[in-house]
Amino acid sequence: MAKLRKFKEAIIEKLIFLSGIASIVFVALIFIFLLREGISVLRSTSLGAFLGGKFWYPISDPPKLGILPLILGSLLVTLGAIAMAVPLGIAAAFYIAEVAPSRLRNILKSFVEILSAIPSVVLGFLGITILVPFLKRFLDLPTGLTAFAGSIMLAFMAMPTIISISEDAINAVPREYKEGAIALGATHWQTLHRVIIHGALPGIIAAAMLGIGRVFGETMAVMMVTGNAAVIPNSLFEPVRTLTATIAAEMGEAAKGSPHYNALFAIGIVLFVISFLINLTADLFLNRSRRR
Amino acid sequence: MKKLCPAVLFLGLFQLFFLCPASAAPPGQKSASLQIKGSDTMVNLGQAWAEAFNAIHSNVNVAVTGGGSGTGIAALINGTCDIAESSRAVEEKEIKQAEAKGIRFNQETVALDGIAVVVHPSNPIKNLTMDQLREIFMGNIKNWKILGGPDWPIVLLSREVNSGTHIFFKEHVLRRGKKKAQEEFSPGALMMPSSYAIAEEVANNENTIGYYGMGYISPRQKVIAVAKDAQSPFVEPTLQAVRTNAYPISRPLYLYTNGTPKGVVKEFIDFAYSKEGQEIVNKTDFVPIK
Repeated sequence: MAKLRKFKEAIIEKLIFLSGIASIVFVALIFIFLLREGISVLRSTSLGAFLGGKFWYPISDPPKLGILPLILGSLLVTLGAIAMAVPLGIAAAFYIAEVAPSRLRNILKSFVEILSAIPSVVLGFLGITILVPFLKRFLDLPTGLTAFAGSIMLAFMAMPTIISISEDAINAVPREYKEGAIALGATHWQTLHRVIIHGALPGIIAAAMLGIGRVFGETMAVMMVTGNAAVIPNSLFEPVRTLTATIAAEMGEAAKGSPHYNALFAIGIVLFVISFLINLTADLFLNRSRRR
Repeated sequence: MKKLCPAVLFLGLFQLFFLCPASAAPPGQKSASLQIKGSDTMVNLGQAWAEAFNAIHSNVNVAVTGGGSGTGIAALINGTCDIAESSRAVEEKEIKQAEAKGIRFNQETVALDGIAVVVHPSNPIKNLTMDQLREIFMGNIKNWKILGGPDWPIVLLSREVNSGTHIFFKEHVLRRGKKKAQEEFSPGALMMPSSYAIAEEVANNENTIGYYGMGYISPRQKVIAVAKDAQSPFVEPTLQAVRTNAYPISRPLYLYTNGTPKGVVKEFIDFAYSKEGQEIVNKTDFVPIK
């Protein structure tokens, strides 16, 4: 009987082990697959011409496969979104964690969750029917389909991530810090911005990085409102084409094995590497905040 | 009794698996299959036809795939499809290849494709020549003022590269039908995910110019009359103008078969020509031939 139990336990242990390493295996498999399909793009273009080329005409003969405008488009939209979402998100987190009365806090928290549950295509739909015409009229632009419209959409999507994780970080600041500051005669505000913010900073930075990751990989809403013109943007108020939107728009019709198909997978590698770096940075900061 | 149960169960399962399908499909009715392949522009049309055709001929299994006109014609030559959908006529080279394999192309013009160029209703520009369109969409004319309009920047709206409309517009307007030409849309052209998105943006933005299949024409956008060259008259994309080939941005859509169609192939082509088939043409934003 004891033997059977031992056997059972060994099996369960192995199963749990497998589940545990599953995500590592998946990530590795995905990367290998991307690499296998994407690396052949180097047969039709050089690495420099791929990453630094200014023109994206994938179905012409010969194709022009330069993704510099796409990389810059993605970065610009992300930067714009972060510039809006990070200050707002952190301020909201402080309000929810430290200032709001407890009933209001619960209501706010559930609304933040609802915001994160809105499908991106719905936000995109609202963007194209309301935000885009509004931006055009309000800012007197040639068209409202701009990087700025994309940034606003993405700011909405990044806010819930930033708020929830920052709030956790603020709550994780040891109570003694706050009590000590108040005992020394500091006001609530002084405690907040001199003491708590320092304790929570690594967590807040991690929240911002995860928000960036969320924004960078978002596709649908961005594709609907940014105009998707593959030009190198000079400002936030011009149309851009992002890496993700390019894959989404063109994958369906790219002939398997063509330079275009390989180039789309290579874009996938670029996205993968950038997202990986963003998440790695977030993890580093998150670990530091937990160790305190 | 207990021992009988599995036997009964087994019998029941047996009946479920082997007898039911037999009774569902009455014997004697052979099922046929029909492979249709070719133009990406026509893939939706082909699928809509196939669905409606299937409603009448439930025993025929119709498969429609895209890949491009050339792919479809090659498949017809290789005998891997029954009907090739094509948005261009077969080329001399293809006819020779087909002859070598003993295949004779039979061409059926089943629909027409007309692309309307549209601007905002408040834009005073009414007429453009093909050359002007080419300069506009290549990004060489950047303001409506140059064309005699108001001082508004021109915002170009195009479909995504995977759209047959995009490819047709590029080959026909920008490259003037020349195969080896290298002209491209201006990189600043906005790539819209659908004809609906183009229609919306044109209706909301007075700076824009866009193009879409004729089926999308509505009073919320103004249709431009186009002339082949400076000497020719300006023609609006009406059903009549496309049918008589007076409107310059249009093309016939073909179904190709091997020899005179027979059997199921003939039934399908007759269906495409029928009243119902031509209504489907209209619904999928192409121009019926009758």
